[in-house]
Amino acid sequence: MIEGTARTLDERTHTAPFGLKALRYIFPDHWSFLLGEIALYCFIVLVATGTYLALFFDPSTAQAVYHGSYAPLDGAHMTQAYRSTLHLSLDVKAGLLIRQTHHWAADVFVAAIALHLMRIVFTGAFRKPRELTYYVGLTILALALLEGYLGYSLVDDLLSGMGLAIGYGVALSIPVVGASVAALVWGGPFPGVPAFWSRMYIAHVFVLPILIATLIAVHLFLVASLHHTQFRGGRRTEKRLLGVPAFPGQAPRSLGLMFAVFAALFLLGGLVQINPIWLWGPYHVADGTNGAQPDWYLGWLIGALRLMPGFDVTIAGRTVIPNPFWGGILFPSVVFGILYLWPTLERRVTRDRDPHNLVDRPRDAPRRTAFATALLCWVFVIFMAGSADRAYVLVGWSYETQIEVYRVLVFVVPVVAYWLARRVCVELLRNERVAGQRHQAELEAEEARGG
Amino acid sequence: MRRLWRWLLLLFVWRATRDPAPDDGHETPPRIVPAGPPAPRAELAVVALLALAAASAVAFIVVYAVDRIPDQTQYLGLALGGAFAFLAAALIVAGRHLVVTEELEGEYADPEPEAAASIAQVVAESGSRLRRGRLLAVAAATATAAVGLAALAPAASLGPLYDLGRFTRTPWRRGRRLVDQYGRPIPAAAIRPAELFTAFPEHADPEEIGSPVVLVRLEPDQLHLPKGRAGWAVGGIVAYSKICTHAGCAVALYRTPLFPPVDKPPGLVCPCHYSTFDPETGGTVVFGPAGRPLPQLPLMIDRRGHLRAAGTFSGPVGPSWWGVRNRKASS
Repeated sequence: MIEGTARTLDERTHTAPFGLKALRYIFPDHWSFLLGEIALYCFIVLVATGTYLALFFDPSTAQAVYHGSYAPLDGAHMTQAYRSTLHLSLDVKAGLLIRQTHHWAADVFVAAIALHLMRIVFTGAFRKPRELTYYVGLTILALALLEGYLGYSLVDDLLSGMGLAIGYGVALSIPVVGASVAALVWGGPFPGVPAFWSRMYIAHVFVLPILIATLIAVHLFLVASLHHTQFRGGRRTEKRLLGVPAFPGQAPRSLGLMFAVFAALFLLGGLVQINPIWLWGPYHVADGTNGAQPDWYLGWLIGALRLMPGFDVTIAGRTVIPNPFWGGILFPSVVFGILYLWPTLERRVTRDRDPHNLVDRPRDAPRRTAFATALLCWVFVIFMAGSADRAYVLVGWSYETQIEVYRVLVFVVPVVAYWLARRVCVELLRNERVAGQRHQAELEAEEARGG
Repeated sequence: MRRLWRWLLLLFVWRATRDPAPDDGHETPPRIVPAGPPAPRAELAVVALLALAAASAVAFIVVYAVDRIPDQTQYLGLALGGAFAFLAAALIVAGRHLVVTEELEGEYADPEPEAAASIAQVVAESGSRLRRGRLLAVAAATATAAVGLAALAPAASLGPLYDLGRFTRTPWRRGRRLVDQYGRPIPAAAIRPAELFTAFPEHADPEEIGSPVVLVRLEPDQLHLPKGRAGWAVGGIVAYSKICTHAGCAVALYRTPLFPPVDKPPGLVCPCHYSTFDPETGGTVVFGPAGRPLPQLPLMIDRRGHLRAAGTFSGPVGPSWWGVRNRKASS
């Protein structure tokens, strides 16, 4: 039967040779190569659950009065966007499961991409010939951050409104064109024209998902076309690739991982509450709440905004660079800029222009590992600064003091991290060398005794 | 007798579900995938896991269909997540114990400079009839750029690209009454110490960022307003724009000293990035990332004892942008 199907298909499409090649495509085996796959499976869940949510969600700022099943909000004035999200969460069967799963999937999606990126950077897998794959992946990460931000902003609950206000403040702070950019996006001053909701919605459910899906396709095409990298060891060389075939070896593993990701996301969505929007209430420009925190993947940006000392750059009584620029525009631009330039910078520094199919262990390139650790720690310290208000609530540390401390740590930690990581790499390499020499010496002694 | 039948049925199912033995009659081609020993226990485990996955999926439908079941979200998640977990387990067992394990060897492809050279050659030779190639390229680039710009031009309709006057205008005028969120005028006596009161301009859109102000009552002798703002406070009541000058959130928190000798002085705090403004000194920034004071609104009391604006804000409301005046807001 299978032969019949394959033959029928081949006679119509002439794809049997390609199919055979695809079945026997070689996957080098390492757990860390599965991080990107986790992100891919999250994206599938996001598209599926997001489509379901879109069947109920109404992206409109038309004013409505709530009379649903959640009594505490009865009679509250709110937008249709928020009302329809309350409805789909509390009155549509399975609606809350799907909404929470969608939210969890977004959080895990970005986490998986971030871990995947770390794997790529720490092992030098971005080097020639895979620079394009790397740039495409980085772009997916940037788009995923924006997509996630738009997703929780659409709901128009109190937290999402505060997030949009910050987005507006950050957009305004772009030098020279900030006000025009904000005017174009919001259609006027905050909170913007009603059409702003349509703009966010089309971006969130159409433009960005299609961009991300297209880039995922390009990413996967490039991965397959160049083959995976592999770690050193055994008979693996820069030229010879060893691994399990897509079928039958890799298929059950990948599918198993896919279902495991689905399982984790739906279990989280069903059992672990996330963003209980009915507790926040509707957003109004004059309202705000304490303990406002974005989703984790924007924590580094809120940390940067909170860390900046309070000053606007002004000339002759006119503002030139408003404060949110430093944390909201410059900081992420620097981080992404470093990441985009990394392959070029490393080529400059190491003068290494050869193609690499064998990836390094982190210790094999102490300077790269040290620099990556420093960058990671820098971003992480700023991320932690964004949660200082939580630390105040949980532990009682003075918020102001914490911020003063973080303002110092931001400069100290990367330097210490660089030095420490480099030191650890060098020590590990030295230990390996010593162990190798000892092993050699023992072999020789053995031989001498025997002979 | 019944029992015997049951056993016989079971035996029959057991035998019948076995794959037919490979027929040795005709020649088989050489193997591509290497052979391996059977693993009957793993096979049964996979069957059991698949059955559990099916059962979980059915449970999901049952929970969905039966309204009486409480905690729908939790049970739905458990059932669907469980179904996927059993599927995952089945595949992982199959991958570890049932599927033939083999290590294949392959080669990384080399670059093909000849093909690249041929591409360049095809392009070059295709243009061999051209005599003004460079001019043509410039013309093509110009046309592309112009058409691209034309395609982008309608994007300017999205917003007021140059008319930024709306960004600085607020509804506040001299004499405009302050009202609460229900539109009722506010008697000055209603503003009590240690409380944060939100007010809006009467007959204006409360959802404009120029609208909301916060009112707090301080000790009149504690007020140290900047020069030129004498008389902006009435009976110790001061009004500031509620929109943070950092990133536009509502300044929704009010820190008041419980015991003034040791506690921090009063502060208007924005919960987004914790910019803290001092209401006693004209909304100056005492902590956090805000780069300029909260704009202050001058107040007066009308004959009925209600609060009214005595003018416009001391500066532009909300987050700043390139070129905005740091001082007085227009009205």
